[in-house]
Amino acid sequence: MTILAKHAALKQAYDALKESGVDPAHLKFDAILSPTEGVLNGRRTILMGTNNYLGLTFDPDCIESAVDATRSQGTGTTGSRMANGTYMGHSALETALAEFYGRKQCMVFSTGYQANLGVLSSLVGRGDHLMLDADSHASIYDGSRLGQAEVIRFRHNSPDDLYKRLRRLEGAPGDRLIVVEGIYSMLGDTAPLKEIAAVKRETGAYLLVDEAHSMGVLGETGRGLAEAAGVEADVDFIVGTFSKSLGSVGGFCVSDSPDFDIMRIVCRPYMFTASLPPGVVASTLTALHKLQTEPHLRHTLMRNAQRLYDGLQRLGFETGPEPNPIVAVPMPDQETAVIFWKMLIEAGLYLNLAVPPATPNNVRLLRTSISAAHTFAQIDTALDIFAEVGRQLGFFVEGPRRAAGAL
Amino acid sequence: MRQNTQLAVVGGTEAGPNASIRSEISAIFEQVLNRPVSIEDDTDIVEDLGMDSLGVMNFVMAIEDYYDLSIPLDRIAQIQTVADLIRAVQELRSGVPA
Ligand SMILES: Cc1ncc(COP(=O)(O)O)c(C=O)c1O
Repeated sequence: MTILAKHAALKQAYDALKESGVDPAHLKFDAILSPTEGVLNGRRTILMGTNNYLGLTFDPDCIESAVDATRSQGTGTTGSRMANGTYMGHSALETALAEFYGRKQCMVFSTGYQANLGVLSSLVGRGDHLMLDADSHASIYDGSRLGQAEVIRFRHNSPDDLYKRLRRLEGAPGDRLIVVEGIYSMLGDTAPLKEIAAVKRETGAYLLVDEAHSMGVLGETGRGLAEAAGVEADVDFIVGTFSKSLGSVGGFCVSDSPDFDIMRIVCRPYMFTASLPPGVVASTLTALHKLQTEPHLRHTLMRNAQRLYDGLQRLGFETGPEPNPIVAVPMPDQETAVIFWKMLIEAGLYLNLAVPPATPNNVRLLRTSISAAHTFAQIDTALDIFAEVGRQLGFFVEGPRRAAGAL
Repeated sequence: MRQNTQLAVVGGTEAGPNASIRSEISAIFEQVLNRPVSIEDDTDIVEDLGMDSLGVMNFVMAIEDYYDLSIPLDRIAQIQTVADLIRAVQELRSGVPA
């Protein structure tokens, strides 16, 4: 017996996975060559599961600004904004993000995960009510546990269930905060934000949208689902991350709340961790500028997403409900999911194997995320690999059919 | 059994409201699990009924719909047995704070 013996059940499941020859937790790249290519087990591999939506990780301008800032300001801040002060870059980035979203206030965090921890635990407290979509990201669930508010879960993407639950709270004191995501990270589906905004207005709740996967992806100018759905005025707080479309690391929250700045002295995941290093801040600022001035990146991204989505459907695979840059193919069972994933990698295609408890409804998924940097040739190669592995595993024995039901 | 003692404090007796809530809960279990179940106050919801986390979530949502209430996540975490669940439903219905 060790102190970690309490995780025996999970360990057993993980060991079973390793025995079948895969270990997603220890996948090692020999090299990363570009936003869309790496070397895995000595083989050139197409990267199609890295959330690198705009493909900016190797952008020469982003790299140059990171190098400049690192040369001039050093590799790290070695402490929090509270302790070691705010660098020029931190303020410039906060100003740029606030302007981009047309909001008065912005706070930058060291990761998106910490942004959710900090914001959720500070906006609501004891006596308040936090309404979470059941399929929320781990950082939202963890943020809800860091604070003292009562946490109520509503059915995924169900404004009716949300409404019912808010109605039950009628007459109870305390603030209500609704939390939803722009694009849900596993299935790539979007929140019905118009309807949720209507519920918010009717019940007097506040609304927070986590645009982690939709920033730079959805909306006329890339501001995300709130912009695409035309309900930005109803969204009180937007949380996002730099680790996806902006190609670096970090998180943020923007708002028009006049007393927002108080968060800087109550929000522990902001106060008690080191601030972002100058190089990261600089490349993020450059990437944000590109996101705004190069809309063709977003158009290319959506065209690529559509090509992959259509291609998978044509092959007979099941896909998510919408052709977004996250396309998830459900697998009939764990064994098939693991073998399929392993064979894709051996054939030179890397994507995510997503299994419970990280997935909703206990589904097993092969989760792809497409990038503006993918070429049509890469997407077509990926589709060929999918078709070949599917054929070898007997997915299409009676001609093209819905893959999830095929085995 | 500790839970039963606590139940008595809340005011349930074998023939009283507990028994009727228990039979309602039992029907909801059968509906969610799609098989007959037999439950007692000390039935462990996860261990004895073999529910995984998804099953628990679906079951909790069915209970919430039936009684027209929401069980906050920290309350759900405290519920292990059928008696715990009955107590939570009773308290939330009567507006007694957790
Ligand atoms: C919905 C959502 N929120 C927050 C995060 C956390 O982002 P970060 O990688 O910046 O910690 C993620 C990504 O993992 C996410 O999918």
